[in-house]
Amino acid sequence: MASALINVPAKAGRGDVIEIKTLMSHIMESGFRRTAAGEIVPRDIITSFTCRYNGTEIFRADLFPAISANPFISFFTVAKESGKLEFEWVGDNGFASTASASITVE
Amino acid sequence: MIPLRAIAAAALLAAVPALLAAEIPADQRRSGYSFMGPDSKAMQDDDTSNPGMLFVLDGEALWNQKLGSAGKACADCHGDARESMKGVAARYPAFDKGLGRPVTIEQRINLELAQREGAPPLAYESRDLLALAAFVANQSRGMPITAGDDPELKPFVEKGRALFMQREGQLNLACANCHDDNWDRRLAGSPVTQAHPTGYPLYRLEWQSLGSLERRLRSCITGVRAQGYDYGAPELVALELFLMSRARGMKMETPAVRP
Repeated sequence: MASALINVPAKAGRGDVIEIKTLMSHIMESGFRRTAAGEIVPRDIITSFTCRYNGTEIFRADLFPAISANPFISFFTVAKESGKLEFEWVGDNGFASTASASITVE
Repeated sequence: MIPLRAIAAAALLAAVPALLAAEIPADQRRSGYSFMGPDSKAMQDDDTSNPGMLFVLDGEALWNQKLGSAGKACADCHGDARESMKGVAARYPAFDKGLGRPVTIEQRINLELAQREGAPPLAYESRDLLALAAFVANQSRGMPITAGDDPELKPFVEKGRALFMQREGQLNLACANCHDDNWDRRLAGSPVTQAHPTGYPLYRLEWQSLGSLERRLRSCITGVRAQGYDYGAPELVALELFLMSRARGMKMETPAVRP
């Protein structure tokens, strides 16, 4: 069950700097841990996060094994126009998840 | 200085043989929340940064899902959890007349799954059980804890109190030695705290996951180098019941965040 929590202001003034917060459900297994039997637990992490604002990429991050479970990523952008913010997480074992939020710019 | 103080605190906790276990006066009780740093507090306060809310969302999905052979979901009997589950977790563990003993909210969920939904029990600490428990307990957020009111629970509360006061393990410590007598001190740099279970199941950063009060109790018991009880053991339920009744009137925080 992959789920995400997104916090984007519903409304903003044109030119305002807005904060976008995202929280993604993921175990982020580092690949360095071992089971009680000594076998390595295979790596299972999110490797990439992208945010698009009306189709234009405004933020991208690469994620690595040292990042904790359920990664929380927050960043800032300038509210230019009303529309849609789309988020995409891609990871190991074919993991892919998307979410979106709308914003009204006045 | 900090390592020295920590050693001094540890030495004090270990070396004083007969500390008087004085219970914390009601007006001095503090949630574990108040011992946290501003970053951890902010993480708990904002539902879009609190990772426990991911489990609450999963729990909501499970609430509406038919889980067993009876073809019924929790919602088919209980309806909207926002109404029907309001304040329920605040009075758990609650007395079950059929079993003649208290059951935790996790055990109640598994009993309901078996009796009404024809579903196999969910394993302790499994994501699904924690998610359902968190979803139910989240409906009581902000409400005062009322556990232990039922007169039939009295002997079980007393049993929990006795366990709380009982020294055990290689370190020969009782829960009360730290959480009643030294809660305002630090142990290895971290606050000892008063052990009020206001926010379970809660998200512990150390666990990288949500966990139940039983998990927390088991790690404390291991910490004093005693043999831990199995999940669902009557001793753990009695301890949970005593701790909840000890926190009576404090506000539920589920899902809390703790370091």
